[in-house]
Amino acid sequence: MAKVKIMTVCGFGLGSSMVLKMNLDGVLKDLGIQADVFTGDVGSAQSTPADYIFTSKELGEKLQKTVNKPVIIINSFVNKAEIKEKVEAELQA
Amino acid sequence: MTTWIRKEHVAVNVKASNWEEAIRASGSLLLETGAITQEYIAQMIHSVKENGPYIVIGPGIAMAHARPSKAVHEDAISLAILDEAVSFGSEQNDPVDLVFSFSATGTEAHLKLIEQLSSVLINEEKVEQLRHAQTKEDIFNLM
Repeated sequence: MAKVKIMTVCGFGLGSSMVLKMNLDGVLKDLGIQADVFTGDVGSAQSTPADYIFTSKELGEKLQKTVNKPVIIINSFVNKAEIKEKVEAELQA
Repeated sequence: MTTWIRKEHVAVNVKASNWEEAIRASGSLLLETGAITQEYIAQMIHSVKENGPYIVIGPGIAMAHARPSKAVHEDAISLAILDEAVSFGSEQNDPVDLVFSFSATGTEAHLKLIEQLSSVLINEEKVEQLRHAQTKEDIFNLM
Protein backbone atom coordinates (compact mmCIF):
# COMPACT_ATOMS: atom_id res chain seq x y z
CA MET A 1 0.00 0.00 0.00
CA ALA A 2 1.22 3.49 -0.79
CA LYS A 3 2.19 5.71 2.06
CA VAL A 4 -0.61 7.79 3.49
CA LYS A 5 -0.22 11.48 2.71
CA ILE A 6 -1.27 13.83 5.47
CA MET A 7 -1.34 17.60 5.24
CA THR A 8 -1.35 19.67 8.42
CA VAL A 9 -2.88 23.06 7.79
CA CYS A 10 -2.63 26.50 9.38
CA GLY A 11 -2.84 30.07 8.14
CA PHE A 12 0.59 30.21 6.54
CA GLY A 13 1.73 26.60 6.52
CA LEU A 14 4.34 27.26 9.15
CA GLY A 15 4.28 27.77 12.87
CA SER A 16 1.25 26.00 14.26
CA SER A 17 0.92 23.47 11.43
CA MET A 18 4.56 22.54 12.02
CA VAL A 19 3.96 21.94 15.69
CA LEU A 20 1.08 19.66 14.71
CA LYS A 21 3.25 17.90 12.12
CA MET A 22 6.00 17.19 14.66
CA ASN A 23 3.55 15.76 17.17
CA LEU A 24 1.64 13.81 14.52
CA ASP A 25 4.90 12.31 13.26
CA GLY A 26 5.60 11.13 16.79
CA VAL A 27 2.16 9.53 17.18
CA LEU A 28 2.32 7.81 13.76
CA LYS A 29 5.71 6.40 14.61
CA ASP A 30 4.40 5.06 17.93
CA LEU A 31 1.51 3.40 16.10
CA GLY A 32 3.76 2.01 13.37
CA ILE A 33 1.90 3.84 10.60
CA GLN A 34 3.95 4.81 7.55
CA ALA A 35 2.94 8.26 6.41
CA ASP A 36 4.23 11.39 4.72
CA VAL A 37 3.23 14.37 6.80
CA PHE A 38 3.72 17.83 5.32
CA THR A 39 2.51 21.31 6.18
CA GLY A 40 0.49 23.72 4.10
CA ASP A 41 -1.49 26.92 4.27
CA VAL A 42 -5.24 27.12 4.30
CA GLY A 43 -5.38 28.66 0.81
CA SER A 44 -3.70 25.74 -0.93
CA ALA A 45 -5.39 22.97 1.07
CA GLN A 46 -8.02 22.40 -1.59
CA SER A 47 -5.61 21.93 -4.49
CA THR A 48 -2.86 19.98 -2.73
CA PRO A 49 -3.04 16.20 -3.08
CA ALA A 50 -3.36 14.53 0.31
CA ASP A 51 -5.35 11.68 1.80
CA TYR A 52 -6.17 13.50 5.01
CA ILE A 53 -6.05 17.01 6.37
CA PHE A 54 -5.34 17.66 10.03
CA THR A 55 -6.05 21.16 11.31
CA SER A 56 -7.57 23.33 14.04
CA LYS A 57 -11.27 23.69 14.74
CA GLU A 58 -11.51 27.21 13.29
CA LEU A 59 -9.86 26.34 9.99
CA GLY A 60 -11.23 22.80 9.88
CA GLU A 61 -14.85 23.89 9.89
CA LYS A 62 -14.19 26.06 6.84
CA LEU A 63 -12.24 23.34 5.04
CA GLN A 64 -14.82 20.65 5.67
CA LYS A 65 -17.15 22.61 3.41
CA THR A 66 -14.68 23.01 0.56
CA VAL A 67 -12.43 19.95 0.34
CA ASN A 68 -13.50 16.44 -0.57
CA LYS A 69 -11.25 14.46 1.74
CA PRO A 70 -11.40 13.78 5.45
CA VAL A 71 -10.65 16.88 7.50
CA ILE A 72 -9.68 15.88 11.01
CA ILE A 73 -10.01 18.57 13.67
CA ILE A 74 -7.49 18.63 16.49
CA ASN A 75 -8.46 20.84 19.44
CA SER A 76 -5.02 20.78 21.03
CA PHE A 77 -1.96 20.42 18.80
CA VAL A 78 0.12 19.57 21.84
CA ASN A 79 -2.08 16.79 23.26
CA LYS A 80 -0.59 13.51 22.13
CA ALA A 81 -3.51 11.52 23.53
CA GLU A 82 -6.04 13.45 21.44
CA ILE A 83 -3.93 13.17 18.28
CA LYS A 84 -3.49 9.44 18.85
CA GLU A 85 -7.18 8.88 19.45
CA LYS A 86 -8.12 10.66 16.21
CA VAL A 87 -5.44 8.93 14.14
CA GLU A 88 -6.67 5.57 15.38
CA ALA A 89 -10.29 6.43 14.66
CA GLU A 90 -9.67 7.79 11.16
CA LEU A 91 -6.69 5.95 9.77
CA GLN A 92 -7.15 2.53 11.26
CA ALA A 93 -10.89 2.24 10.83
CA MET B 1 21.77 25.81 28.73
CA THR B 2 20.01 25.48 25.43
CA THR B 3 20.31 28.19 22.84
CA TRP B 4 17.17 27.77 20.80
CA ILE B 5 15.31 30.36 22.85
CA ARG B 6 17.35 33.38 23.89
CA LYS B 7 17.24 34.89 27.34
CA GLU B 8 16.26 38.28 25.91
CA HIS B 9 13.29 36.64 24.25
CA VAL B 10 11.49 35.52 27.41
CA ALA B 11 9.55 37.53 29.98
CA VAL B 12 7.53 36.62 33.07
CA ASN B 13 4.71 38.48 34.85
CA VAL B 14 3.68 40.24 31.66
CA LYS B 15 0.57 42.37 31.85
CA ALA B 16 -1.93 42.39 28.99
CA SER B 17 -5.63 43.10 29.07
CA ASN B 18 -6.56 41.52 25.75
CA TRP B 19 -5.14 39.27 23.03
CA GLU B 20 -3.78 42.14 20.93
CA GLU B 21 -1.78 43.48 23.84
CA ALA B 22 -0.59 39.97 24.57
CA ILE B 23 0.75 39.53 21.02
CA ARG B 24 2.32 42.98 21.15
CA ALA B 25 4.07 42.13 24.42
CA SER B 26 5.37 38.83 23.10
CA GLY B 27 6.32 40.36 19.75
CA SER B 28 8.19 43.26 21.38
CA LEU B 29 10.64 40.77 22.86
CA LEU B 30 11.68 39.90 19.31
CA LEU B 31 11.54 43.53 18.22
CA GLU B 32 13.91 44.66 20.97
CA THR B 33 16.70 42.38 19.77
CA GLY B 34 16.12 43.25 16.13
CA ALA B 35 14.86 39.79 15.15
CA ILE B 36 11.78 41.40 13.59
CA THR B 37 10.48 44.87 12.71
CA GLN B 38 7.39 46.58 14.06
CA GLU B 39 5.60 45.60 10.86
CA TYR B 40 5.82 41.91 11.79
CA ILE B 41 3.87 42.49 15.02
CA ALA B 42 1.12 44.16 13.01
CA GLN B 43 1.10 41.18 10.63
CA MET B 44 0.75 38.70 13.51
CA ILE B 45 -2.25 40.62 14.84
CA HIS B 46 -3.76 40.94 11.37
CA SER B 47 -3.50 37.19 10.87
CA VAL B 48 -5.67 36.51 13.92
CA LYS B 49 -8.21 39.07 12.74
CA GLU B 50 -8.32 37.41 9.34
CA ASN B 51 -8.07 33.71 10.19
CA GLY B 52 -9.43 33.56 13.72
CA PRO B 53 -7.76 32.29 16.87
CA TYR B 54 -6.25 29.20 15.26
CA ILE B 55 -2.87 30.25 16.66
CA VAL B 56 -4.09 29.05 20.04
CA ILE B 57 -2.63 25.59 19.62
CA GLY B 58 -3.32 24.08 23.02
CA PRO B 59 -4.95 24.86 26.36
CA GLY B 60 -3.70 28.33 27.33
CA ILE B 61 -0.99 28.33 24.65
CA ALA B 62 -0.84 30.78 21.74
CA MET B 63 1.78 30.79 19.03
CA ALA B 64 1.60 34.06 17.15
CA HIS B 65 3.32 34.24 13.77
CA ALA B 66 3.10 35.64 10.28
CA ARG B 67 4.68 34.64 6.99
CA PRO B 68 8.38 35.08 6.23
CA SER B 69 9.04 38.55 4.79
CA LYS B 70 11.37 41.54 4.90
CA ALA B 71 9.96 42.18 8.37
CA VAL B 72 11.87 39.15 9.67
CA HIS B 73 15.61 39.40 10.25
CA GLU B 74 16.16 36.26 12.26
CA ASP B 75 14.57 32.88 13.00
CA ALA B 76 13.47 33.21 16.60
CA ILE B 77 10.90 32.33 19.24
CA SER B 78 9.84 34.50 22.15
CA LEU B 79 7.69 33.68 25.15
CA ALA B 80 5.69 36.10 27.27
CA ILE B 81 4.10 34.53 30.35
CA LEU B 82 1.08 36.61 31.28
CA ASP B 83 0.19 37.61 34.80
CA GLU B 84 -3.44 37.06 34.00
CA ALA B 85 -4.70 34.93 31.15
CA VAL B 86 -6.66 36.65 28.36
CA SER B 87 -9.26 35.44 25.89
CA PHE B 88 -8.26 34.92 22.25
CA GLY B 89 -11.75 33.79 21.27
CA SER B 90 -10.71 30.14 21.12
CA GLU B 91 -13.62 27.91 22.05
CA GLN B 92 -11.47 25.02 23.23
CA ASN B 93 -8.30 26.57 24.52
CA ASP B 94 -9.05 29.92 26.16
CA PRO B 95 -7.89 31.63 28.30
CA VAL B 96 -4.29 32.03 27.18
CA ASP B 97 -1.34 32.79 29.42
CA LEU B 98 1.60 31.42 27.44
CA VAL B 99 2.15 33.62 24.39
CA PHE B 100 4.87 32.56 21.98
CA SER B 101 5.86 34.61 18.95
CA PHE B 102 7.61 32.87 16.14
CA SER B 103 9.50 34.48 13.29
CA ALA B 104 10.89 32.58 10.32
CA THR B 105 13.13 33.94 7.60
CA GLY B 106 11.89 31.30 5.21
CA THR B 107 14.97 29.11 5.28
CA GLU B 108 14.89 25.62 6.73
CA ALA B 109 16.65 26.73 9.90
CA HIS B 110 13.43 27.46 11.74
CA LEU B 111 12.37 23.80 11.58
CA LYS B 112 14.79 22.96 14.35
CA LEU B 113 13.27 25.70 16.52
CA ILE B 114 9.78 24.34 16.01
CA GLU B 115 10.97 20.84 16.76
CA GLN B 116 12.46 21.96 20.07
CA LEU B 117 9.36 23.93 20.96
CA SER B 118 7.04 21.02 20.11
CA SER B 119 8.99 18.67 22.33
CA VAL B 120 8.48 21.03 25.27
CA LEU B 121 4.81 21.74 24.60
CA ILE B 122 3.81 18.10 24.24
CA ASN B 123 5.01 17.48 27.79
CA GLU B 124 2.06 18.50 29.97
CA GLU B 125 4.07 18.49 33.14
CA LYS B 126 6.65 20.86 31.69
CA VAL B 127 3.95 23.19 30.37
CA GLU B 128 2.39 23.34 33.80
CA GLN B 129 5.76 24.19 35.35
CA LEU B 130 6.36 26.80 32.67
CA ARG B 131 3.05 28.38 33.55
CA HIS B 132 4.24 28.88 37.11
CA ALA B 133 7.73 30.05 36.27
CA GLN B 134 8.63 33.12 38.30
CA THR B 135 11.95 33.99 36.73
CA LYS B 136 13.70 33.75 33.38
CA GLU B 137 16.01 31.18 34.97
CA ASP B 138 13.02 28.95 35.79
CA ILE B 139 12.06 29.05 32.14
CA PHE B 140 15.53 28.17 30.97
CA ASN B 141 15.80 25.23 33.30
CA LEU B 142 12.58 23.87 31.84
CA MET B 143 13.46 24.43 28.20
